[in-house]
Amino acid sequence: MSTSITHVGTEMQSYYGRPIVKEPVWQPEIPAYFFTGGVAGGCALLHGVARVTGQERLARTALYVGAVADVISPALLISDLGRPERFHHMLRVFKVTSPMSVGSWVLFVSGGASNTAAVLELFDILRPVKWAAEVVSFLAGAPLATYTGTLIADTAIPVWHQARKELPFLFGASAAASAGAATTIFMRPREAGPSRRLAVAGVAAELGLMQAMEHRLGFVGEVYKQGAAGKLARASKLLTAAGGALLAMRARRSRGAAVAGSALVLAGEVALRWSVFRAGFQSARDPRYTVIPQKQRKEARAGRH
Amino acid sequence: MSALAEPTGSPAAWPDTYGDEAKPRMGFFTDTSVCIGCKACEVACKEWNIIPEDGLVWTGESYDNTSTLGANSWRHVAFIEQRKPLLLEGEAAALDAEPLRWLMESDVCKHCTHAACLDVCPTGSLFRTEFGTVVVQEDICNGCGYCVPACPFGVLDKRHLPRKPDDAPLALPLLGKKEDGRVWKCTLCYDRLKGGHEPACAKACPTDSIQFGELDELRERAHKRVEKLEAQGWNGPRLYGADPDDGVGGFGAFFLLLDEPEVYGLPPDPVVTTRDLPEMWTTTAIASAAMVVGTALAFLGGRR
Repeated sequence: MSTSITHVGTEMQSYYGRPIVKEPVWQPEIPAYFFTGGVAGGCALLHGVARVTGQERLARTALYVGAVADVISPALLISDLGRPERFHHMLRVFKVTSPMSVGSWVLFVSGGASNTAAVLELFDILRPVKWAAEVVSFLAGAPLATYTGTLIADTAIPVWHQARKELPFLFGASAAASAGAATTIFMRPREAGPSRRLAVAGVAAELGLMQAMEHRLGFVGEVYKQGAAGKLARASKLLTAAGGALLAMRARRSRGAAVAGSALVLAGEVALRWSVFRAGFQSARDPRYTVIPQKQRKEARAGRH
Repeated sequence: MSALAEPTGSPAAWPDTYGDEAKPRMGFFTDTSVCIGCKACEVACKEWNIIPEDGLVWTGESYDNTSTLGANSWRHVAFIEQRKPLLLEGEAAALDAEPLRWLMESDVCKHCTHAACLDVCPTGSLFRTEFGTVVVQEDICNGCGYCVPACPFGVLDKRHLPRKPDDAPLALPLLGKKEDGRVWKCTLCYDRLKGGHEPACAKACPTDSIQFGELDELRERAHKRVEKLEAQGWNGPRLYGADPDDGVGGFGAFFLLLDEPEVYGLPPDPVVTTRDLPEMWTTTAIASAAMVVGTALAFLGGRR
């Protein structure tokens, strides 16, 4: 017999309870990249504004942190491929219908620019080239931080696709908080003001966005209360809130508080990326999340005719 | 952007890109009302396409031990045992005091008019052939896996079996994966079509449950078949994927079902995810702008 599952007042049938959409085949490298890509993108913005406002120490710190994140990111992505030796096939076409194609090019440009700028900064040579690289890196920063939200939203995974309005904002806020926290660690408190405020604002925005996303997702969003995704979401909220509070209240005077607060925020951001990642698997595994919204859509359409 | 939500039910840029080489759009009409569950399609597909064996599992789910489409199963026969009458009218229906029907359906890649797998593929490995079908070029696929969660039917999957020794002359030892690592799915027997033959599954089907042909003609035939079954009093005949106005612009491989799609493990109202991509790119642009503004605002309070 086909299994009957009753939920939210909807009787639903399935094929032996088996999933309809496939779970992603992505490995832990992917949420790790969402984090490092966010750090790189956020740092590119911090670096650019710091340079323009003449905060040289912050500009340099953000440039170096971002460049390191820009080196780790492609390594993670290549490692996740089923055929790593064919990584360059990503650059044989440019397809605006594929967020992964667009993202590969953005990462390629961003990584090339930020690392060029970082090396030239280190040796203090070729200033005009460095400035050009800095401008390119700044322009690629925000797209690099936000496109990953659209990358996962552009799938048939219900909890991702139905959060397509929130995910780019959520990932952008998380990237800002990550970049702020990562640079705060390397700065003296009296020069870390912008980093600290960016981390706190990023955390605040992200907590609000997460709440809004779960609310709007309705029953599809319940995976954020269950299993691994639920545990990670709770951990993320606790860690970022604690870290944000510490940064807001104590980090202006105490370097120790600044480092501790930043570490908590960074841990919380990693947990957030993992929570969203695992939520996708849980959402794919249970056919209710695929079938019920589609049936409701079909019935609503039939009702209109 | 490849005219994502074109209302005409014609694949984006096809067949224009093929010029003189364009062929009529070919597809399958899988009529489950005559399927006898012999699995000849599964076997023929495996044999012709040299698909590796990937484990023998007994599921206890009626006669189905294949369970789902995937990298190593491009046809999958579903079996559903129901306490429902096969006929609602006529003498046979009256005799059926304790109704039982056994539904069988040979599932396959839908070769969508608007194919999410093809849209999201970042390497161009997935492409539309001159026959309007959707095929993975295995010498291009780098196993990024994006098409796997993009497909609304869960058709594609990565092959995790060991790779062949002569298969990867450029393998880097540090990143060397021991598995095949690429995605695989039904090609609608692209090689056989090129040679003027019908796909292996359709060729092997002993009851013509799997019918191969020009899509327009198949749709016409399918509508007539539904009318006939309705006239004979069958319980619940309906077409699935024959409507060019549905969320994927109609299937190249569509079905005649006898119950709701979800009973067969099929999504009731599939939509190509890239239909919403223009909106998603706009959201991404606004989120990017918000990030820039937010970062600039963080500098307002000075250095401390």
